[in-house]
Amino acid sequence: METNAIEIHNLTKKFGDFTAVDDISFDVRKGEIFGFLGANGAGKTTAMRILCGLSRPTSGSGTVAGSDIWKEQEKIKKHIGYMSQRFSLYPDLTVRENIRLFGGIYGLRDREIREKTATMLEILGMEDAADKFCSDLPLGWKQKLSFCIAQIHSPQIIFLDEPTGGVDPETRRRFWELIYAQAENGTTIFVTTHYMDEAEYCDRVSIMVDGKIAALDAPSSLKDRFGAASMDEVFRTVAGRAEREDQ
Amino acid sequence: MKAFFASVRKEFLHIFRDKRTILIVMIMPVVQIVLFGFAVSTEVNRARVAVCGEISDLQVRRITDRIDKNRYLEITEILSTPEEIEGLFRRNEADAAVCFERNFSSGLTGSGGASVRIIGDGSDPNTARMITSYISGVIQDAGQDASISLSGEKAASMTPSVQLMYNPAMKSSYNFVPGVMGLILMLICSMMTAVSIVKEKETGTLELLLVSPVRPLWVILSKLMPYLLLSAGNFASILLLSHYVMEVPINGSLALLSLVALIFVVTSLAMGILVSVISSSQRTAMLICGMGLTMPTMIFSGIIFPCESMPLVLQWFSDIIPAKWFIIMAKKIMIQGAGFASIIKELTILTGMAVFLLAVSIRSFKTRL
Repeated sequence: METNAIEIHNLTKKFGDFTAVDDISFDVRKGEIFGFLGANGAGKTTAMRILCGLSRPTSGSGTVAGSDIWKEQEKIKKHIGYMSQRFSLYPDLTVRENIRLFGGIYGLRDREIREKTATMLEILGMEDAADKFCSDLPLGWKQKLSFCIAQIHSPQIIFLDEPTGGVDPETRRRFWELIYAQAENGTTIFVTTHYMDEAEYCDRVSIMVDGKIAALDAPSSLKDRFGAASMDEVFRTVAGRAEREDQ
Repeated sequence: MKAFFASVRKEFLHIFRDKRTILIVMIMPVVQIVLFGFAVSTEVNRARVAVCGEISDLQVRRITDRIDKNRYLEITEILSTPEEIEGLFRRNEADAAVCFERNFSSGLTGSGGASVRIIGDGSDPNTARMITSYISGVIQDAGQDASISLSGEKAASMTPSVQLMYNPAMKSSYNFVPGVMGLILMLICSMMTAVSIVKEKETGTLELLLVSPVRPLWVILSKLMPYLLLSAGNFASILLLSHYVMEVPINGSLALLSLVALIFVVTSLAMGILVSVISSSQRTAMLICGMGLTMPTMIFSGIIFPCESMPLVLQWFSDIIPAKWFIIMAKKIMIQGAGFASIIKELTILTGMAVFLLAVSIRSFKTRL
């Protein structure tokens, strides 16, 4: 049985003369929480979009959830969940309608959708808010809801693109509890983040600098290697060598 | 397929939740039809005519009476010198003036003939042309009668009699109803589709749909459904209004008209998708639609200005505007009662445009993502 959820070899993405992702290779093990760090413009969103089947690489190969990133984009899409950095559910639909919509889009049966809706609302403690419009929810709730909807079809891998931007530390901590719970069920979590305290929660992290992966290891090993007390220090040491301007 | 229905359902929810937009969309055609019908009418109604001449003269009085009796004209002023006319026009107290020469009756009975001048207010050329042609018609009739009564027999003369087929009363509504229909259908289909797709781009929800296994084609198609339905509603409301309020006939087949409208709607939807691909914000999409689609359609489709009087280059340009072909066909079907055979050329062109635009827009939508 395969042990890697994601395998990437020599992945490159060019936009004209600009090389956004420069020959990166890495594996993500099944069931692990993989942190994907990097400054703005380091190329992490581009890399993630390729993994999600939203864009095609210029060169390189790889598999996501056992399917080829070149030929089997449609198959990949069935087995991954995605939550973008902007809160992106439909604000003019109610909580229940949003869940129903994505359930339908992922081809769930009506009965499954009803069951999922009930359990989801219970986990989130949002039974009373089920018929509220999403625009009226506090940001922390919205993010938790998006996370739950991203896994409505029980995907093998969930991609989270800066999921906790703009919320307070307490809400962030509770959000990570949800992530942990999901990872314990065997789901692979691939997460990009700006917050270095969150990097500590990951099983392994990679740090992208100028389109390349500059470091990849467990947070504790990285701290040992760079003689740093926290991931924040590690990041500053590694990303400090960046030549590319922040966007 | 289930995914498709789920997203169609969602699109309808979006539309029906947006009360303001739906109100505008449903009311806009009504307002436009009423506006064009009553405010922007080019018909002449009770134009004010000033008369300058010796009112004691028998023939002058007869002609003046005839002008006054005409349902479109009305004598408001009797002047003694032609110099006063300009003042009247300046103060906007008259729309046209008729000047009889001195000793008009004796000139008429004499061999030299009598002369009469019709003066129009050229600052509004369209109206002036209409009024002066009405007046000259009246005077011609009067002159003929006068010569018959004088000589006792009808003098041999040739007078053309003008008859406008399909629209004898020269109602401008016959022209603008098909025009407004084209304009509204295009506006709703292209602008609203573009805005709704770009809106999802802005909020990031489009990405969410694209990482799902739903094919992009289905995503777009589901977006088009509500607008298809809305435009069908508008089509019906415009037809009802124009038929019962403006009394524009539908001489041809309603089914054929609907088919033509459907093809035109598909063309507009495709243009909407194209606009959504090139614009990154809702405001840009609105601007492109307003300046790039609505305005050229107003100007070049023949609603306001006839295409035939444009310079050749602009006539070529007008040929690439889908609304032009739709409006031509709508006019032929509604007013002339034309059948399928006589619109085959226009229908082919429009269908070609629809297929081409749809292919290009779907293609560019895919490659862009």
